[in-house]
Amino acid sequence: MATVAVTAERENYLNKEYGIRSWLLTTDHKRIALLYLASITFFFFIGGFFALLIRLELLTPAGDLVQADTYNKLFSMHGQIMIFFFLIPSIPAVLGNFLVPLMIGAKDLAFPRINLLSWYLYVIAGVIYLHCIVTGGVDTGWTFYTPFSTAFSNTRVIEAGISIFIVGFSSILTGLNFVVTIHRMRAPGMTWSRLPLFIWAHYATSIIQLLGTPVLAITLLLVVFERAFNLGIFDPTRGGDPLLFQHLFWFYSHPAVYIMILPAMAVESEVVACFTRKRIFGYNFVAMSSIAIAVFGFLVWAHHMFVAGISLYSALIFSILSYLVAVPSAIKVFNWTATMYKGSISFTTPMLYAFGFIGLFTMGGLTGLFLAALGIDVHVHDTYFVIAHFHYIMVGGAVMGYLGGLHFWWPKISGRMYPEAWGRLAALLVFAGFNLTFFPQFILGYMGMPRRYWQYPPEFQVLNVLSTAGSTILAVGYVLPMVYFLWSMRYGKIAEDNPWGAAGLEWKTSSPPPTFNFDETPVVTWEAYNYEEIPAPAEVNVER
Amino acid sequence: MFDNFPLWPARASAGAGNIDALYIFLLALSAFMCLAIFAMILIFATMYRRRRGVEAEQIEGSTELEITWSIIPLGIFLAIFVWGAVIYFHERTPPRGASEVYVVAKQWMWKLEHQEGQREINELHVPVGRDVKLIMTSQDVIHSFYVPAFRIKQDVLPGRYTTAWFRATKPGVYHLFCSQYCGTMHSGMIGQVVVMEPALYEAWLSGGGTSGSLAASGGTLFQQLGCSTCHRSDSQGRGPNLVGIYGKPVQLEDGRTLTVDENYLRTCILSPSKNVPSGFKPIMPVFQGLVSEEQINALVAYIKSLTPSPAGGQGGLSLAPKTQYPKE
Repeated sequence: MATVAVTAERENYLNKEYGIRSWLLTTDHKRIALLYLASITFFFFIGGFFALLIRLELLTPAGDLVQADTYNKLFSMHGQIMIFFFLIPSIPAVLGNFLVPLMIGAKDLAFPRINLLSWYLYVIAGVIYLHCIVTGGVDTGWTFYTPFSTAFSNTRVIEAGISIFIVGFSSILTGLNFVVTIHRMRAPGMTWSRLPLFIWAHYATSIIQLLGTPVLAITLLLVVFERAFNLGIFDPTRGGDPLLFQHLFWFYSHPAVYIMILPAMAVESEVVACFTRKRIFGYNFVAMSSIAIAVFGFLVWAHHMFVAGISLYSALIFSILSYLVAVPSAIKVFNWTATMYKGSISFTTPMLYAFGFIGLFTMGGLTGLFLAALGIDVHVHDTYFVIAHFHYIMVGGAVMGYLGGLHFWWPKISGRMYPEAWGRLAALLVFAGFNLTFFPQFILGYMGMPRRYWQYPPEFQVLNVLSTAGSTILAVGYVLPMVYFLWSMRYGKIAEDNPWGAAGLEWKTSSPPPTFNFDETPVVTWEAYNYEEIPAPAEVNVER
Repeated sequence: MFDNFPLWPARASAGAGNIDALYIFLLALSAFMCLAIFAMILIFATMYRRRRGVEAEQIEGSTELEITWSIIPLGIFLAIFVWGAVIYFHERTPPRGASEVYVVAKQWMWKLEHQEGQREINELHVPVGRDVKLIMTSQDVIHSFYVPAFRIKQDVLPGRYTTAWFRATKPGVYHLFCSQYCGTMHSGMIGQVVVMEPALYEAWLSGGGTSGSLAASGGTLFQQLGCSTCHRSDSQGRGPNLVGIYGKPVQLEDGRTLTVDENYLRTCILSPSKNVPSGFKPIMPVFQGLVSEEQINALVAYIKSLTPSPAGGQGGLSLAPKTQYPKE
């Protein structure tokens, strides 16, 4: 059956040119998206492997699987890889790169060569980081707290710092490209109020990338300078201030959480709309809540420092601001839920991820309320409660969003369908494995188990064993999609142009799209999510 | 059954109950919100699952609903904020007359010194019912003093003092953790807090042979280092009279006014030119690198103990400073 299709296959971005050169020198946003997909998947599995080693070490209270120094390097590099080399580029650089021009009816991003440059910067940073790993690694935690990182650690801090400095620029360039593209390259009739919510959320993300990342870059450079040239910036014995580092670091690294979660919310809006066959409830509120999160997200950084030695009054200010930023996130959850009311809901793989996202993000968000409460934060700060909380947001939220989006747009990206039954199985495994891994950590945290502990008192063991058991299920859930996505590229059913019956310009072009996306520039005369005008596909999980 | 598998930390300080109460409230609130949202999703997913011939009903949204589900959560959030802030305020304000323990953290051990002069490593003995204020600093990197049973935690920084306080309520042995990552043996930087009945504590206190109180050894040091030549008690010295200055505001040469606390005294010893009191010249030698953290602690404890003698009103640099050990 596939042979018939091959003869009929029209020219698209995948088959237009072949050969390694056509990929490495491409300026096509869709090909660059795939370059990013391959690179971040590579790093995801390295970071995941480190996570598994961490969980295996924590099976027993004694430090017995690896040395203490090795353990410290494992959690440091797990964090740095997952945040800087996987989560931050994940949805924006892969799905955003692929979809932003398609969704607004543009031929490409505004600066195609800068887009390619961004990927090369990522690769250069990645190679430096890999070199850092194989030559000894780094043990500062992903947070690089001073003066440990500048004056005490004897690992490859400078190399890791420079690598993350460079990968930051790749993130800045992606953000810059999106902002200009969304402002300047919308198709005729694609007004701001007709933009898919995916675009709104990516716009908000890009602003954070543009404004926040330079601060991280400068901060890491200062760490490198203090370490290499003995400057006294953060080290108190040389006249520096260690809390200054924490302020600068979190000024970026808190908004960075929104760089990771906003794009997942972007995916969520598209998937929920498609599989309820409805316009998203309260479009304006969902769009504006993304902007509100981007703005307020810059004003809450010191909630990471309630026990660090900041003044009582600044703690009060940052606590109340943290509660304000929780409101727009709550608005989004309520609106997605309300969208399901009187919808026509089907339980496809992307929708299962969307359900999972709402559940896990809600739990992650609610436990954020615990941490923003000053009195409670003092007890649970730097314990497994925090670990569980941010994994619920970043893995339960961002990774679920990323996987859901990858399934949703896979037919468009590859021109093939993945096996639906395997997809649903993997989604359920990820959901179950995730909860088993991270829910026990909330309890561990309130019990008082500190984070970054290589060995721990025996009363914490049962919960740690549960967590490790969960992580193996989670690992299977992550490997499965990689296997069947690769399988589907050759053996998957040929995808129609719009297999889900989804609204949005990206579904109006062929699957996979031609190099310049549309044969003719589309003219938009309809509002976003005009599901009443699009026939539902016959196949998608209709009740029989 | 839960002996080897506890699910709730021991509660052994006066403040722990307040934190548990807010925590339980938040657990209940979160459980309610989760159940409400999950129930809605389940109900909608069942009632409105895709059926042949049934179209979704397009609904634009509702400003009233949006405002409702913004304002109500905001109100609840602000209430939680106030609750959490009240607890924090209490946690961060050591009561007057608390007995003081100086803590020096280093990779990877805790060194503790009681105001009575007792020294301990990785172990802190305290009596039930006494307010204990911890005055902490680090010799190297940032550490964090964490006693889960007391629900207290405070980062311990190099180059300055941070403080925490607690009042233990239940005798027992509790974990002391370092909770800020500090290098190789971060997870080995643990100790225990031994909470004792007051009588047993007094016995423990008198058991170890010490060379007098912390303030007294600070007084000896004060003489040895020559501090006393300039800092005289008769206001005739080249340096300020230190009697009774602790806790008072001080006017500086550059116009600022600071309150004399542990950090101020520490800075004045290590880098005197930073905060020169009004009317004095920056002639004091720098002691950075010349005194250990323990010696600084002793000097600070000594200066704090200098109180004007009630009778003469003149005060004196006595080597038997007045110390208060509140007994209950």
